[in-house]
Amino acid sequence: MGVFGRVREGLRRTAQQLLGRFDEIAQRADAPERRTAKVDAETAGALEELLITADVGVAAADRIVSAVQARVRHGESLRELVKDELLSILEGTGAASPRSGSPTVVLVVGVNGTGKTTTVAKLAHLCKSQGEHPLVCAADTFRAAAVEQLEIWARRAGVDVIRAREGADPASVVFDAMAAGKARGRSPIIVDTAGRLHTRTNLMQELQKIRRIAEREVEGAPHEVLLVLDATVGQNGLTQAREFMATAGVTGIVLAKLDGTAKGGVAVAIAHDLGLPIRYVGVGEGIADLVPFSSREYVDGLFEESW
Amino acid sequence: MFDSLSERLQGVFRTLRGEARLSEPVVEAALREIRMALLEADVNFKVVKAFVDRVRERAVGQDVLRSLTPAQQVVKIVRDELIALFGDAEGGLRPSKSSPQVVLLLGLQGAGKTTAAAKLAKWLVRQGRHPLLVSTDVRRPAAIEQLNVLGRQAGLRVFDPAGDLDPVSRATGALTDAKNLGFDLVIVDTAGRLHIDETLMQELTAIRDAVKPDNALYVADAMTGQDAIKSAGEFNRHVGVTGVVLTKLDGDARGGAALSVVAVVGVPIAFVGVGERLDDLEPFQADRLVSRLLGMGDVLSLIERAEQVVDRDEAVRLEQKLRGDDFTLEDFLAQLKTLRKMGPLEQVLGMLPGMGGLKQLGDARPDEAQLNGVEAIINSMTRAERRSFKLIDGSRRRRIATGSGTTVEDVNRLLRQFQQMRKMLKVVGGAGAGGGTRKRARQAMAMLKGRGLGA
Repeated sequence: MGVFGRVREGLRRTAQQLLGRFDEIAQRADAPERRTAKVDAETAGALEELLITADVGVAAADRIVSAVQARVRHGESLRELVKDELLSILEGTGAASPRSGSPTVVLVVGVNGTGKTTTVAKLAHLCKSQGEHPLVCAADTFRAAAVEQLEIWARRAGVDVIRAREGADPASVVFDAMAAGKARGRSPIIVDTAGRLHTRTNLMQELQKIRRIAEREVEGAPHEVLLVLDATVGQNGLTQAREFMATAGVTGIVLAKLDGTAKGGVAVAIAHDLGLPIRYVGVGEGIADLVPFSSREYVDGLFEESW
Repeated sequence: MFDSLSERLQGVFRTLRGEARLSEPVVEAALREIRMALLEADVNFKVVKAFVDRVRERAVGQDVLRSLTPAQQVVKIVRDELIALFGDAEGGLRPSKSSPQVVLLLGLQGAGKTTAAAKLAKWLVRQGRHPLLVSTDVRRPAAIEQLNVLGRQAGLRVFDPAGDLDPVSRATGALTDAKNLGFDLVIVDTAGRLHIDETLMQELTAIRDAVKPDNALYVADAMTGQDAIKSAGEFNRHVGVTGVVLTKLDGDARGGAALSVVAVVGVPIAFVGVGERLDDLEPFQADRLVSRLLGMGDVLSLIERAEQVVDRDEAVRLEQKLRGDDFTLEDFLAQLKTLRKMGPLEQVLGMLPGMGGLKQLGDARPDEAQLNGVEAIINSMTRAERRSFKLIDGSRRRRIATGSGTTVEDVNRLLRQFQQMRKMLKVVGGAGAGGGTRKRARQAMAMLKGRGLGA
C-alpha cells in the first residue's frame, strides 16, 4: 500500500463518521433548485453541529459556517464550499518547511500518553527510509520502562539509541546524544522527551533546559519541535499547543492515532487559532505508519465520496 | 480542572445582577455562554443541547428568591441540573462478595490504564485491602515491565510469570495465585488499542469470560474530545463497563467528557486521577466536581487529603503548641513538609475556592523552588536556632545564607514572615478550643497563603 493509501486507510473511520452525516446535510443544500441560493440557516446549524462534533472547535466552526453562508453560490456544492474553507485554514498557517542543521535536532514533546515514543521511532524509520542516518535519544527518564519501549521500537527501525538510566537528568542524556551524533555523523537526532502536562511549571522548565542544551551544543538547534497530539483529544489540544508553543517553541504538530475513531479535528482549530502546521500523521501501529501530512489529502480524504 | 468553565459562568452571572425576575433575554444570554463554555469543554453536542433546554425550562420566568441574587439563582439551577446529570451514584468500586474480587481495566491506548492500575492498587491498600496486579498487555513493548516497575516503586505485588505471553492464562494465573496467597482482589491491566480493533475486543471478552470481573472500569483521558462517548460506548457494548476512571484531571482539561460519558453511555464515574503521584486517585463525587465546576472550590477533597498525610497525634501536639507561645521554626518545617506531602502546591491550591485561576497569578504563583529554599534555610540552622529564632543575629544569618545557598535577604524575609505567622497563629489558636485535623488543615492553608502569596 502506498503512502496515499495508508493515509486514506487511516482516515477511513474519520471519514465514515463525518461523511454519513455530511451527506444528509449536503443532500438538502445541494438540491438543484437550491444550488444557486445561499446556504440557509438550518443547513448552517447542522453544519456547525457536525464540525463541533468533529472537535473542530467553536471558533473555527463559526468561521467555516459563516464563510460558507456568505458565499454566493454559482452552483458549487456544499461539499466544495466546506472543503475550500478547511483547506484555506490548514494552508493558511504559512508553514515554512522545517529548517535543518548539522546535525538536525528534532525535539518531540507532548502530554502523557499521546504516543511520543512510538512517534519518535516511526519518525526515525521514515528518515532512514529517505536515506538519512538518524540517531534517537531517550530523554524520557521518568516514565517506568519508557527507555525500554523506545529501544524495542528503535531495534525495529534499525536505529541506534542514546540512553541513560531511569531517573537521570534528561538534559544530560540530550547532551550525550548531541556529542554522539556529531562524533558518529548522524542526523537527524530525534529526542524523545517525557510526557508532561502543560500545567506543570517545573516540568515545562525542564523542557526549556533540554532546549537550552540543544541550542548550546548544535548551532540553530532545535531545528524542529514537534508536539504530538492524540487524535482523540478535544479542545484541550488547543491549550496544549498554546502552552507548549510558549515554553518549548513548538514548530509543528504530529497527529497520532488517526487510525482510531477520532477525527483529530482539533488540528483545524490549532491551525485556525495558532497558525501551527501539521507535519505528520500517525496512521497505524506499524513502524512505517507515520506519513508527512498533506492538507489536500486530509481534506480530500474527509470528503471524498468514492471510497 | 474546570477552571475556564467556572470562570466563564462566573463572568456570565456577573452581568445578571439586580434583576427581580429571570427574564427571557437575560436567561438566553446566560444560556448562550453556558452552551459555548460547555462545548469548549468538550461536552458532547447533544448533551449540551439537552442540558441547555432543561435549564431554560426551569429558569425562564422564575421569581428570584429573596435570599438569592439572580446570578445565584441561575447558578443554583445549573448546579442542580448538573448534579442530576451525574446522577446520585457514588464513586468507588461496586461491592461484591466474591473472593478474590476481580477488577478489569479497559481503555484506549495512552489513556493511562497501567498507571491507573497501580494507583487503584495503592488506594485499595489504603482501604486495608490486599490487591494483586497483573498485566495482560503482551503487545505494547515494555508494558509488562512498566507495571513491574510501578509495583516495585509502590511496594505492590505484581504477578508476572516470565515467558507466559497469553493474556487469558496470565489473568487466570493471577486469580489462582491470589487465591493461594491470600490476596483478596486482583487488578487486571489490559492492552490498549483503538477500539476499531476486533481482535482486541475478542481478547478482552475472552479475559472477561475467564476471570468474571466484579468491576470493569473504562479508563478515559479527561482531555478526550467529542469521541469520548463513542469509545466508552463501544467498550460497554462489547465487554460491559461498570464504571469509568477519569485520568489526567490535574491538567487544565475541563473534562467535559465526564459529563458526556455519564449522560450518554449511562456509566457512572468511579474514580478520578488527580496527579502524577501514585497516591493521586480519588473516588468520584459528583457534588464536589459540580461545586468545583461552578467555582466553589473543592475544600472537602483538600481536607480528606490532609487527613491522609497528617499524623493525628502530631496534629494534636502542634495544635497545643500553636495555642501556646512556643511555635518554633522546627514546627514550621514539619508543617511545611506535611503540606507538601499533600501533593504539588499548585494542585493543593487549585482546590481552594477562588483559586481556580492560579494561572492568572502569573509570577506571584507559589513556587516549589521557593519552598525548597525555605526548607534549605531552616535546615542550615542549628537546633538551638530553630528552637529560638531570636538567637539568630547578623553573623548567624550570613552563615545560614551561605549554608543554604541563599542570600541574607532571603533569610531575613523568612524570619520576618515567620514572626508574622506566629502572631497570626496566636490569634487563630487562641480563638477557640477543640478543632482537630480539619482545623489544622485550614491553618496550614492560611500559613501557606501568608508565605506563598503574600510575599
